[in-house]
Amino acid sequence: MQLIYEKSIPGRKGVKLPASDVPTAAPLPENLLRGEKAGLAEVSEMDLVRHFTNLSRRNFSVDTNFYPLGSCTMKYNAKVLENAAALFAPFHPMTALLPQGNDFCQGTLGMLYDLGQMLADITGMDEVTTQPLAGAHGEMTGIMLIAAYHKAKGNRKRYVLVPDSSHGTNPASAAMAGYEIITVPTAPYGDMDIELFKKAMNDEVAAVMMTCPNTLGLFNPHIKEISDIAHSHDALMYYDGANLNAIMGKVKPGDIGFDVIHVNLHKTFGTPHGGGGPGAGPVGVKKGLIPFLPCPRIVMDDDGRFGLETANPGSIGRTASFFGNFGVMVKAYAYIIMLGREGLIRASEQAVLNANYIKEKLKPWYDVPYDMTCMHECVFSASRQLKQGVHAIDIAKYLIDRGYHPPTVYFPLIVKEAIMIEPTETESKATLDAFIEVMIEAAKTAESNPQALLEAPLTMPIGRLDETKAAREQNVCCLV
Amino acid sequence: MNDSHYCPHTPAEIKEMLSAIGVSSVEELFSPIPAELRAKTFNIPPGMSEFETLARMRSIAAENSGAMLNFIGGGFYDHVIPAVVDHLSGRAEFYTAYTPYQPECSQGTLQALFEYQTAICRLTGLDVSNASLYDGATACAEAAMMALRVTGRNRIVVDGCVNPFSRQVLKTYLFNLDVEVVEIAPLDGLLNRAELAGVLDDGVAAVIVQNPNFMGCVEDFTSLAEEVHAAGALLVASVYPISLGLLKSPGEMGADIAVGDGQSLGNPLSFGGPSFGFIAAKKTYIRNMPGRIIGETVDKEGRRGFVLTLQAREQHIKRHKATSNICSNQGLYALRGLIFLSSVGREGLAEMARLNRDKAEYAKERLAGIPGVTVLQSAPTFNEFTLFLPKPAEEVVAGLLRNGVAAGVPLGGYYQDSANAMVVTVTEKRTRKEIDQLVKELEAALCN
Repeated sequence: MQLIYEKSIPGRKGVKLPASDVPTAAPLPENLLRGEKAGLAEVSEMDLVRHFTNLSRRNFSVDTNFYPLGSCTMKYNAKVLENAAALFAPFHPMTALLPQGNDFCQGTLGMLYDLGQMLADITGMDEVTTQPLAGAHGEMTGIMLIAAYHKAKGNRKRYVLVPDSSHGTNPASAAMAGYEIITVPTAPYGDMDIELFKKAMNDEVAAVMMTCPNTLGLFNPHIKEISDIAHSHDALMYYDGANLNAIMGKVKPGDIGFDVIHVNLHKTFGTPHGGGGPGAGPVGVKKGLIPFLPCPRIVMDDDGRFGLETANPGSIGRTASFFGNFGVMVKAYAYIIMLGREGLIRASEQAVLNANYIKEKLKPWYDVPYDMTCMHECVFSASRQLKQGVHAIDIAKYLIDRGYHPPTVYFPLIVKEAIMIEPTETESKATLDAFIEVMIEAAKTAESNPQALLEAPLTMPIGRLDETKAAREQNVCCLV
Repeated sequence: MNDSHYCPHTPAEIKEMLSAIGVSSVEELFSPIPAELRAKTFNIPPGMSEFETLARMRSIAAENSGAMLNFIGGGFYDHVIPAVVDHLSGRAEFYTAYTPYQPECSQGTLQALFEYQTAICRLTGLDVSNASLYDGATACAEAAMMALRVTGRNRIVVDGCVNPFSRQVLKTYLFNLDVEVVEIAPLDGLLNRAELAGVLDDGVAAVIVQNPNFMGCVEDFTSLAEEVHAAGALLVASVYPISLGLLKSPGEMGADIAVGDGQSLGNPLSFGGPSFGFIAAKKTYIRNMPGRIIGETVDKEGRRGFVLTLQAREQHIKRHKATSNICSNQGLYALRGLIFLSSVGREGLAEMARLNRDKAEYAKERLAGIPGVTVLQSAPTFNEFTLFLPKPAEEVVAGLLRNGVAAGVPLGGYYQDSANAMVVTVTEKRTRKEIDQLVKELEAALCN
């Protein structure tokens, strides 16, 4: 498909702007002006609409295809959430920061406050900041809060400890807060090896970052012991909320020893993923960390009025321009009040049911490196198929030909040829059964005709792309 | 209760699935969680229908003041948004997809982001762009970290005229990293070049400036770029993208990295987000860029396609050695930015920028005519300018808010000795009549 710049005709316009109703200003000095107008596309509105409509048709998406991308919780995004967010489009964030401006923002500030309260209840925390703009941003904020806690106590800390199954963002976020990383291997039972953990633990560890259930989809039975050991060294427990969809109403991270958590609203709370974002990563903390929360902090006074605390001496400061990805928060808030207590519990239950169903049905066909009752996702290995020369990526590409977005492949890194499937609760049994059939077909094809898998996909507008060429040539901007 | 519109299984199906798994109840699937760790309370209220949900959200929105007449900016701006932006970005094929890890079934997102990167490069006059960051403030912090990596130095100099929120985020990001942040206090609303020259040595990784700056002043940083480069440092320019329809681009000034907030490009105010941050740089720095980058390539048959490229910089591969921890970005809002820029196009962006300046100049002249009111004169301005009032600006602004007019952003909370100063923003959306209303309201407020 042509790029929009290749469809450009000089002088063509896609929109008519209002005519000026004021005098023309005297021109700016020459040295402040740009030499040439920016080379943006020049297309009619019709051409523009057709271009982007046709581009959209080159995507798989939750609304068009089953999208069991492990660790990403690609659940259905209720349409009413979009309507809800649109109600808040006209509100300028700066209004709340003007003198007495909070008087004019009671709805928006109150909603953020209430959302924080609800997330605190779901996660077992004492207070939540909605400022972080994505999961990784929440991780960075959370680790900075931990750093501030240690600094205030005069603790000398150097390390953050993560299991080798962790998301790459965990060590990357800890590094942005100035920590070195200690990685602890996974035991044959599928969780961080408790003996190796004890050996690695020392007084210079600032925090232990865990995902629970972890990226193998397993709930760590030693979690309380781990947090007790961490706390005995005055290390804090960080909960990566990427997998919260498994446990709503079942376990509260704050009850089992975690001190800080981030929540991915775009995963667990049904807000759309937007082709890569926006997400939102509110961070919840236990009481002892409240003094360090980012500013401005939304507070409620005795009369139930909402305001902003802008100067808190202990605060780590501001982590984003305003109050976070507000529109995403509106959607998550609407999602929570709409599903309610029973709906959230049911979501977690059926997410777990669906993952176990897929695991049992596919177990005869694919290796399960850690075979036990899983939570909301299950991880297979294509090691059996590899004997025929078929890799996890080949199975992924075959699925594309059959109309399924592939699961996450090659993650977690500790599983060879990993295939990580997260069906979510919003998929029907019929969808799961059809997917299972196709996965079985792929396994059979790997035996009978492996070449067919290596050639997939054949039904897309393009085949497998030359990634080496992309990295070598670095054409990241159209030169036409 | 069989509330099955989002969780579709019927009781019969659940039974069938449980039997396939070999357990007797859903509860049994949660048996790996030790009983003593289970939640004791769960206080979320009972659920409701989507109709009741929407009614509740309407009543929350109604608790905010209705339509405020906005003459405030501070990083977010009230601009026109062509209808196509909502409609096209509202296609579920875009907004219910995720990061395009599988290029064959994600060419829609990938090509759109490649076109977005192109638009950002052309707007900023630089060579390479990524596929978006979170917002303008975090983009500024990421640019600083990029400069630290490129130069191997550990000091960042930031002009005090840069948006205070960006400066605060910058300090938060760098606080734990053994990096010194030197802030240059503004001189008459401009970068204090003499003071900058005094701190610009071989320990400085980057100098960060903003154009137009927080007080609205427009500067030419071409000679500054030369001085910064002579010291072996990088120049980071934070820019307001609408102004680039008219103003000299960071690339033309010789800046190494350009950043900014994309809210003004087709994204609603939405109480501060989502928007997107953009970052563009000279090609030589591409391997130090944070975040996703889309690259062009071909398939076996030579057909053009787009992929996530140079992923060896990123957290999912490099883990703690990655150029940034960013994973999710603001892709959908970057797409909105692209649709906006493609809709207004080459001529339209220039026209829009001129409209902004014309309206602001009209407002400036009228407001300066109010007895006791003066205008900061140290440099030309784009669509924002600083006024000095005969009274504390906070008091005046608070009073006018009650009349439904957000007259400006008082500077007193952000700069010393600025209690009577405020920044007024006038976008193309403000009509002459509305500007005249502001003049009348302000005049009345100052008479009292």
